[in-house]
Amino acid sequence: MTVATAPASAVTGTPAGGPPRRRRVLRWLLPMAPALVLLALFLAGPILWSVYIAFTNETLTGSASVNSSFVGLDNFARMFGDPNFVNSFLLTFVFVIGSAVIGQNTLGLIIALLQRGRGRVTRSVVNGVVIGAWVMPEIVAAVCWFSFLAEDGTLNTVLGISQEWLYTAPMLAVILANVWRGTAFSMLVYSAALSEVPPDLVEAAAVDGASPLRRLLHITLPLIRRSIMSNLMLITLQTLASFGLIYALTGGGPGTASQTTPLYMYEQAFRYFEIGYGSAIALVMLVIGALFSLVYLRLIKVEDA
Amino acid sequence: MTRIAARGAALLSLLVITLAFLGPFLWVLISSVQPEAALSAAPTATFSLDNFKAVLTWETLFLPLINSIVISGSTAVLTVLVAGLAAYPLSRYQLRYRRHFMLTLLFTTGLPVTAILVPVYAMFFRFNLYGSVPAMVLFLTASSLPFSIWMMKNFMDGVPVSLEEAAWVDGAGWVQSLRAVVGPLMAPGIAVVAIFVFVGQWGNFFAPFVLLDTPDKQPAAVTIYTFFSQYGQVAYGQLAAFSVLYTAPAVVLYVAVNKYLAGSFNFGGSVKG
Repeated sequence: MTVATAPASAVTGTPAGGPPRRRRVLRWLLPMAPALVLLALFLAGPILWSVYIAFTNETLTGSASVNSSFVGLDNFARMFGDPNFVNSFLLTFVFVIGSAVIGQNTLGLIIALLQRGRGRVTRSVVNGVVIGAWVMPEIVAAVCWFSFLAEDGTLNTVLGISQEWLYTAPMLAVILANVWRGTAFSMLVYSAALSEVPPDLVEAAAVDGASPLRRLLHITLPLIRRSIMSNLMLITLQTLASFGLIYALTGGGPGTASQTTPLYMYEQAFRYFEIGYGSAIALVMLVIGALFSLVYLRLIKVEDA
Repeated sequence: MTRIAARGAALLSLLVITLAFLGPFLWVLISSVQPEAALSAAPTATFSLDNFKAVLTWETLFLPLINSIVISGSTAVLTVLVAGLAAYPLSRYQLRYRRHFMLTLLFTTGLPVTAILVPVYAMFFRFNLYGSVPAMVLFLTASSLPFSIWMMKNFMDGVPVSLEEAAWVDGAGWVQSLRAVVGPLMAPGIAVVAIFVFVGQWGNFFAPFVLLDTPDKQPAAVTIYTFFSQYGQVAYGQLAAFSVLYTAPAVVLYVAVNKYLAGSFNFGGSVKG
């Protein structure tokens, strides 16, 4: 039996029909059924299926589309032997460390710290601009950054130089664009966390002569470390799967210079229609995502789930 | 003295950050109202709404926006209905595996949707669902469900059970109770979930790009991409005007729920959806 005791009043209120135990199971199963069916068909199903097709040579065209066969670990062997996959993996690592862990996380924390004790107008203006970048659809963000980094774009005009950033420094370009787009999330997380830090603790340290930097390192940061870890996990998860912004900005190029794993997966699965191979790449991404998600679950304290 | 210096330094830093963040917005905002816009954000004094007029056609703007509204809207409505139903037993009954179920939902929100799209695409192809808008909406709903059920349950927990008791005494079952008592009392929560899902799907590019076959089904996210990716012959002013018109609803809706979402960013204590 999966149902423990329900509130007594609820039991008396239910119309009679069927033995009590079956009725109680129906009472939670019926409302949850649509959700369970959708989750099973469109989320769990595809994930489990990807486990199966990752071990086949399934393609969308050619003979393997009709008769796909089991190929064991071939897809995985091919993946780790393919310099383009290894390259994409390293670029994903650089992208996550650069744009999420260093960029969004640090900048979000800095903005949240700088905003403490500022007037309402200052906070509204800063929040408005930073959150605006976050709320806008990613393709529009790509349009903004494309024009910003273009040879005669805003950045070069301001710096007074001529540089085709998307061609000469594609990784730097997509990292900056993603920092711009994602910092709002970290900023909001840290603003909420900082508002819970008791001001008298920090003030007491100030009275004792601790410098602002020492107060930050020894009091504020330890107090919000749970938020820091949770935020790092969440933005890592978001950044790992990032596709649209990079795809629209550089298309992974020039060559494979900014081809992170999602873009490599896209190329194999949707351009070359190598579904088996694409699923193997998807599976690796899912496993990495699942690991980070598990760490995240362990970090946050979930009360009354 | 040092206090004033610190304050000045903080304000100056905020000013620099704000200006840096403003940079990438400039071109879209300026070019949308410039008749002869190019890729440079050249500040000229000319102002015209010609670009907006030029994109206000069925093919360029209205059809993609209607597709966006249909896709995001039906996903939001369906998600709210299904998540609301699922949240009721999770909020009201003492289910034995409730905690495990809720944690599984939270775990699922961390999985990369980008990766799930490969098997979904293969599945859609095999079952002749490729290009079907309803099938894609069902997938989008399923992918929005974990987080939405989590949020819905939290909002529902805020409605005291005691208010339902009168309905139960009158012989109402869970359907009536949910529809007539709990639903209306958590209307703001429902609106927050609906808008949250809507805005998320409004900007979704990858799923429709991969799962829909013809341009006439594509939402604005894909239309603007195809518009933009052929930048050799693009009318840049129109691209900027389209961007402004496409972004506006997301911003307006975000502002509407901003107050309620702010609480979601607090990890201290319990996790609030």
